Amino acid sequence: MTLDHDSLGLDSTLRPPWLSSLDRVLRHNQSQVSETVRQAQVRSAGLSEEQLLTMYRQMVLARAIDRRMWVLNRQGKAPFVISGQGHEAAQVGAAAALRPGVDWLVPYYRDLAFCIAMGMTALDFMYSVYARRPDPNSAARQMPSHFGLKRSRIVSASSPVATQIIHAAGIAYASKVRKLDEVAVTCIGEGGTSKGDWHEGLNFAGVHKLPFICIVQDNDYAISVPHRLQMGVDSVARRAEGYGLAGDTVDGGDILAVYAVMKRAVERARSGGGATLVAAKVARFTSHSSDDDQRRYRPQEELESLLRRDPIERFRTLLLDEGLLNEAGDERIQQEATTEVDEAVRTAEAAEPPEADDFTRGVYA
Amino acid sequence: MAVATLIEGVRQAMDEEMARDERVWVLGEDVGKKGGVFLATEGLYAKYGEARVLDTPLAESCIVGVAIGSAINGLVPVAEIQFADFIHPAFDQIVSEAARMRYRSNGDFTCPIVVRAPWGGGVHGGLYHSQSVEAFYAHVPGLKVVMPSTPEDAKGLLKSAIRDPDPVMFFEHKKTYRLIKGEIPEGEYTTPIGPAAIRRQGGKLSCFAWGLMMHYSLEAAEAVAAEGIDVEVVDLRTLKPLDTETIVASVKKTGKAMVVHEDNLTGGFGAEISAVVAEHAFEYLDGPVLRVCAPDVPAMPFNKPQEDAFMPNPAKIAEAMRKLADY
Repeated sequence: MTLDHDSLGLDSTLRPPWLSSLDRVLRHNQSQVSETVRQAQVRSAGLSEEQLLTMYRQMVLARAIDRRMWVLNRQGKAPFVISGQGHEAAQVGAAAALRPGVDWLVPYYRDLAFCIAMGMTALDFMYSVYARRPDPNSAARQMPSHFGLKRSRIVSASSPVATQIIHAAGIAYASKVRKLDEVAVTCIGEGGTSKGDWHEGLNFAGVHKLPFICIVQDNDYAISVPHRLQMGVDSVARRAEGYGLAGDTVDGGDILAVYAVMKRAVERARSGGGATLVAAKVARFTSHSSDDDQRRYRPQEELESLLRRDPIERFRTLLLDEGLLNEAGDERIQQEATTEVDEAVRTAEAAEPPEADDFTRGVYA
Repeated sequence: MAVATLIEGVRQAMDEEMARDERVWVLGEDVGKKGGVFLATEGLYAKYGEARVLDTPLAESCIVGVAIGSAINGLVPVAEIQFADFIHPAFDQIVSEAARMRYRSNGDFTCPIVVRAPWGGGVHGGLYHSQSVEAFYAHVPGLKVVMPSTPEDAKGLLKSAIRDPDPVMFFEHKKTYRLIKGEIPEGEYTTPIGPAAIRRQGGKLSCFAWGLMMHYSLEAAEAVAAEGIDVEVVDLRTLKPLDTETIVASVKKTGKAMVVHEDNLTGGFGAEISAVVAEHAFEYLDGPVLRVCAPDVPAMPFNKPQEDAFMPNPAKIAEAMRKLADY
């Protein structure tokens, strides 16, 4: 489950021969240098071995689904793909601090791994990729990655950016008024933070000290517009104080660091301490969507450097170093993910599309 | 039955629904201690407390977005937009989110919210305190659009709106708030969303209106009645869903139709009513469908001569009635 040139939008013939060996050297050095730091991290994270392996499985499964989407797109079976590759540690690390089915996720379109970690299955998602009738996200009305899953409290998402931030604030306000022990978590890219709704939602959450957490998955690009043209600060979390929120900037490629930040934020939310803004720095491996080509606006060196920022590879190395995973166990996890995706694809492909005239139903109660 | 103002009907509806159902809450700018700039929520803050009668930040998209979120998590919000003129920043939340939540989630998530807003002119409100916004929202599937013109309906329709499982835009004509008085039935009642009300029976022509223009149309109908022109005035009350049955039945009876609204002519809701009449009562028509509307200028001017010129009034409506009757 390493990255390949295809998922970066790179032509594989462009891959310089020295890159593989360089990657190996870099990875080896990283693991040498920070071994003791990592061991301390794992111990202090407060996560059991089983939890850590579950998180790894969720990341691997999300990546396997995501990569398959692109294959299906090239086969002409998936008209539209928007991807979360590179964001998995930020999402799964955050989900690990939540209680699926109790806490709310008000997602954005890159949250595939987050949704998987909150209870969505590969099949739930594949139904939407194929636009089949059983799609629990929207009965195939919405494009894929417009998540929504009632049983997991994943709130239906639209395409306009940042509207969901205010919904999360409203959900959290209701939790507070109804004295329910719930946290509302909402996600957005760094581009979305330029919108008025982002401001209005955070302001409301700050006014009422709501059990609310906004995770900005900052991958440096809003389609093609870079971070430097989006905001005048290095981390959008610096705005937290201005809203009366706690703010944290975290390496979104470091799953344990994300978990630690989120654990604190959840404790703050549940104890009445108020809302938190988390800026998670992540890497966007793919083009914005299947209708974009990031080679047009990202330099070749930058795309190649992404190869060394794979959060799954990083977590895998950690688990291997810690002796929590061995090569055989990893192979099994990869295989299980592939099998689950294969089965989901088979079942979804065989499922019926909605009836054409069904689109008139459900406008009103 | 007690005689009350239209705004009293609005206030009573919220008070009774909040007493009946603790999930109901009110949010908006100045709705708390002040009781709203028009006093529609007067007394509710003292009775139900800040958590249920919440002064929000001055941000319309926030007001509607928070309402949507709270509805997803089990509350029944009544959001007040201080003036319909300021609702535009919330358009995305209303149209992209509230109106589509049920549809896009196949019914898994719903949006039982009410958005109340005072609209309409004739109060020296100038460009930004006089607008008509009903056509924007009546265009949107997933929304209901309610426009009461009497105190009884304001109360009964608002109670229905609060109990409705879908988002309801509830527009109250600000000039009618205290100008229009009427009897409000004692005890519990609701007025169903949908059916129009025939306010004046007539056989010569049908006049369709809502809000303040319904009252002006009634005045005009009385004026021309002396000349032998017998006008049927239909108060639509609800633009979405639209009571096409009553509209068509009335035109089949009279053979002539006109629409009166304050919104400007082009793309106003009168165009939709004209189309309904043309499609479903064409063979019964004995004249062109007339529209008495504001002109196509950006908005209502502040100064009195131009405001008067902008607004339809009983004299202009009566003139159109004569013209149509003579056709």
